[in-house]
Amino acid sequence: MIRIICKLISLTALVGLLSGCNLVLLNPNGDVAAQKGELIVYATVLMLIVILPVMALTVFFALKYREDNKNATYAPDWDHSISLEIVIWAVPLAIIICLAGLTWVATHRLDPYKDLSRISDTQTIDESVEPIEVHVVSLDWKWLFIYPEQNIATVNEVAAIVDRPIEFKLTSDTVMNAFYIPDLAGMIYSMAGMETELNAVINAPGTYEGFSANYSGNGFNYMNFDFHGLSEEDFDAWVSKVRDQGRAAELDQPAYNQLQQPSIDHKVTYYGSVQDGLWRRIVNLCAGQQDLCLDDMMMVDALGGGGLEGLFNREMFRGICSAEDPGAFIAILRPDLKEREDEIFAAMDLPPQADLAQQLPLQAN
Amino acid sequence: MATAATPTDAGASHGSYGIPDVHWFWGKLNWDIFPFYDPLIFGTFIATMILAALTVGAITYYRLWGYLWTEWFTSVDHKKIGIMYMVLGVIMLLRGFSDALLMRLHQALASAGYIGFLPAYHYDQVFTVHGVIMIFFVAMPFVTGFMNYVMPLQIGARDVAFPFLNNLSFWLTVSGAVLIMISLFVGEFAATGWLAYPPLSGLTFSPGVGMDYYLWSLNIAGIGTTLSGINLIVTLVKMRAPGMTWMKMPVFCWTTLCTNVLIVATFPVLSATLALLTADRYLGTNFFTNELGGNPMMYVNLIWIWGHPEVYILTLPIFGIFSEIVPTFCRKRLFGYTSMVYATCVIMILSYIVWLHHFFTMGAGANVNSFFGITTMIISIPTGAKLFNWLFTMYKGRIRYELPMMWVVAFMLTFVIGGMTGVLLAVPPADYVLHNSPFLVAHFHYVIIGGGVFGIFAGINYWWPKAFGFQLDRFWGLVSFWGWVVGFYFAFMPLYVLGLMGVTRRLSQFEETIYAGYFFTALIGACMIAVGVAAFVVQIVVSIMKREELRDETGDPWGGRTLEWSTTSPPPYYNFAFNFRVHELDAWDHMKRNGYRRPTEGYTPIHMPHSTSSGVVIAGLMTVMGFALIWHVWWLSLLTFFASLFWAIGHTFNYNRDYYIPADDVRKMEQGELRITQQAAE
Amino acid sequence: MTTIDTRSPDAGSYEFHVFEDEHAHDDAAEHHHETGTMLGFWLYLMSDCLLFGILFAVHAVIGQNYAAGPSPADLFEIEKIALATAFLLLSSITYGFAAINVQQNNAKVMSIWLIVTLAFGLGFLYLEYLEFSHLWHVGATPMASAFLSSFWILVGTHGLHVTGGSIWLVILLVQVQMHGLTPENKRRIMCLSLFWHFLDLIWIGVFSFVYLAGVLL
Repeated sequence: MIRIICKLISLTALVGLLSGCNLVLLNPNGDVAAQKGELIVYATVLMLIVILPVMALTVFFALKYREDNKNATYAPDWDHSISLEIVIWAVPLAIIICLAGLTWVATHRLDPYKDLSRISDTQTIDESVEPIEVHVVSLDWKWLFIYPEQNIATVNEVAAIVDRPIEFKLTSDTVMNAFYIPDLAGMIYSMAGMETELNAVINAPGTYEGFSANYSGNGFNYMNFDFHGLSEEDFDAWVSKVRDQGRAAELDQPAYNQLQQPSIDHKVTYYGSVQDGLWRRIVNLCAGQQDLCLDDMMMVDALGGGGLEGLFNREMFRGICSAEDPGAFIAILRPDLKEREDEIFAAMDLPPQADLAQQLPLQAN
Repeated sequence: MATAATPTDAGASHGSYGIPDVHWFWGKLNWDIFPFYDPLIFGTFIATMILAALTVGAITYYRLWGYLWTEWFTSVDHKKIGIMYMVLGVIMLLRGFSDALLMRLHQALASAGYIGFLPAYHYDQVFTVHGVIMIFFVAMPFVTGFMNYVMPLQIGARDVAFPFLNNLSFWLTVSGAVLIMISLFVGEFAATGWLAYPPLSGLTFSPGVGMDYYLWSLNIAGIGTTLSGINLIVTLVKMRAPGMTWMKMPVFCWTTLCTNVLIVATFPVLSATLALLTADRYLGTNFFTNELGGNPMMYVNLIWIWGHPEVYILTLPIFGIFSEIVPTFCRKRLFGYTSMVYATCVIMILSYIVWLHHFFTMGAGANVNSFFGITTMIISIPTGAKLFNWLFTMYKGRIRYELPMMWVVAFMLTFVIGGMTGVLLAVPPADYVLHNSPFLVAHFHYVIIGGGVFGIFAGINYWWPKAFGFQLDRFWGLVSFWGWVVGFYFAFMPLYVLGLMGVTRRLSQFEETIYAGYFFTALIGACMIAVGVAAFVVQIVVSIMKREELRDETGDPWGGRTLEWSTTSPPPYYNFAFNFRVHELDAWDHMKRNGYRRPTEGYTPIHMPHSTSSGVVIAGLMTVMGFALIWHVWWLSLLTFFASLFWAIGHTFNYNRDYYIPADDVRKMEQGELRITQQAAE
Repeated sequence: MTTIDTRSPDAGSYEFHVFEDEHAHDDAAEHHHETGTMLGFWLYLMSDCLLFGILFAVHAVIGQNYAAGPSPADLFEIEKIALATAFLLLSSITYGFAAINVQQNNAKVMSIWLIVTLAFGLGFLYLEYLEFSHLWHVGATPMASAFLSSFWILVGTHGLHVTGGSIWLVILLVQVQMHGLTPENKRRIMCLSLFWHFLDLIWIGVFSFVYLAGVLL
């Protein structure tokens, strides 16, 4: 009885202690993060099955077999017991098998690349609703968000509709960062020349904190931004606010190159429109007009390289993007490849960008 | 106090300096590289210089240079080299721990809404250097020191297989440590995090010399570690006493073997990876750049292929230390020796196939992530088995709570928490939310301090009487123990909570003050640990002063079970007058039970290696070479490179490397010792 | 206290020390040490092998990132490389002849074979130098693309090893001249032998995976 009371007291004390602080990870407002939080609890409980007895035994043995307790048995040559050995290998093994199963299932279910399978534990997904697509670029030291459907862009502020799936596509135009909104979902790295993806949903309206969770240099501290969970009307209002305030500003290449300059604690900025194809150029590291786009470079390489001339044609390459000017791209290929022009055009001509990206070994996965 | 960089700092850019002109003679060196502008560093500089001057003055005054040079620096005796490794570890621990205190203090202030005293760029260097020093120049020297000192004694050998190489390895490690220490006052250190992921660590984003200090320091020290690994493996394979079959080796020797196999099989990966990054920075190659086909993520993979086994390089020998201490102080045979050995080997192998768990969030597919998550969890099975083995060694024992045993119990309780949170982090979806958070920081400190540092202190208290002939003072040992253990929980428990609150690590400024309570608790913990560290130093000083009182003349103060306790304390430089024949596990215990008495006749000449100054000289030249390369002083780097090459070649022309101690000398020494030991026994 | 198991304290039943025979001592010690050195050198070679393994792995990852520049087919003159390969393989054979003469304690013949080996080694290095300088002059520098970075560093590291081996060989020739075929010198010759064959093996990897595969695929 006393033991139970003690347990209850300690349990309430623990809960009180932990609820005193806001443990976002165990109590988030997005379904993906919530499932991860639950997983943390399940895994911990599973492991405590072994950990608690071990700790208790340690204390118990440490006290019982102390030197001055002459009542305890002493068996100096007892050093082996098959049955005990089986237990000490088998019990952890059993726990790990359970945990491994849990891990396998949870990792696949919560794969950030996978489309969501539910909105929350009570709401199923409506297949007809398209997710909001947001393109995310980490820069020195700020976040750029591009909304391709709405054709707007923001810096250090992002919004989404409550209970509607969001699909982030991420890249970096500087060093590696990690995109993390604890209330929404887990983090994912953003890396230059690569595209990662994060699918998530927010279940409650509010303003949540987001930041970079991977150290990226001098201004890393201030790479934080607000993530707004908004109702449908509020989201529309927010979009028109961005359009309004950013009317004068189009995010085109010069504006982007301006934005690319390192800055710390960059203020929230709105762009009312975004130049076509800018995202593709950012992912392929050719937004600066100085380099050959990465996907084009990969295509040239896959075709056997640019030849020795390629070393001296670098000047010609600058700013060429096959998506915008396929002819210019063909012009820089090795002479012997010119015969295969049609074939190469066909490969490039796949209309939607997504398919093109699949054609090329571009994505991180 | 230095003014912190304001958020709107107009000069926001990567790195503190651009690339200055490289002078043909001075390289990048000029007067601006000394951080006089920073009162914090400048104050430390002055204090360090005064301390150094006092030390040098004292050594000169007491005319100790000759003694240090002939008896220590040039010595090839594995025991002396082992002790020098430990001294290096202690010195670097003080440095690395000061950095930890700075960080805790700064973060506590920053979380409470103050600007703190470290500008971001300085703070970034502090956490980088803290990680680098603690892993490479504290933990590594400590475990290498133990392996060097104890392992040959435990297998009944007189030295390691390649005594000169051992000396060279040590000095190369020192060389790396010296370069890092120089970076505090000359120029800057890397501000990239301890593993220096590119492209941040590449020339574009880190143009300063900090990264070069990092690279050359680790390049040079890494060579030393690899050589030392080869040396110790050969020692174990070839020099065990007759009769000591593999399964009669003490567990510490087993863990030493596995550790050194890991070293030989992973440090080349580190060297190669860092060499490629060095090439990127010095030659302009494109291995890890964003441009021209480079692949920065390849570095992340490569560095962790070294980095994860490194974790076990640090902890396996410590497991070995516990496996020696527990049976001794429980006065009982180790439970499950065989499963202990297999567990060690399994950990060694598994540690190679888990590296990806350090970057689940890079976005590899679910299959890859779950594979590496599950392999990581599997490691916890043999580790758990080890823990149970110690536990059942205590069962039906007679536990004497001397200092080493207290550290063991503290370890067992702490390590399971660290292990549990480790397995939790191995679940990829959990890692997606916990990665790079203070939770992660708390986890690896639980493992490395709980599993590593506690073991180091246990080992120091355990083997000190063997190395110096007197015990360590118990009172100050207790102060140190409680300071460390209690302080540790205060310092790192709040970090678990902070991680669950969605904080990320490596922040030097906070926008909210809700975290202040936790950071202040952590600061209080760090201060308690500071008491523990200080008490440890006091413990050594007090023990040296009270050495007559604490003297142990039996050579076996704890009732030890392995061969190192069979010789006198400190052991003669040839370790043992006679070669052992081993019949059972716990050879010394077996000998004692069978009424062994030390032979008093039949001494033979003993074959021993000569001391040599080559190790000090070559490593010294390498240090200068590293410094010259860091500052682009090309002529000096070439000069010192060829000088060290020619010295090494010259060394191979010395064929007179060993000698015999005449049997008479051995007799005299042994009989002198014998008298003392017998008196102590009576 | 409960009883401590004291097995019959019959010290006579166990011998706890090996009393060495003073005459056998020298041989035993030498023998002991020698095998230790060979094992140590093997371990060193394994660690070196791992270093090359990483360079090969890196080449596998980025070896086809030509950055729209030249590919192996544009750069390598496979005949010259084949000649260099032949030089290196022959040098291994001649080193083998030298090793046979070590067994027969024939210092003079051994030295001649070592000199022949050295000549082949230097020939190899000269061909490599020609290739590198050619590449540099056409602009295929290590900075030009990830493929070239990887190629230069991988082949260059092997070249540095051969250079080191050649310097070692010269030193050994001097030492054999000075002291004759003492056990130490024999040990060193055998270590260098391992090293030399090891470099051959690495070169076979370089030739097949970097040159042949690069040109053919």
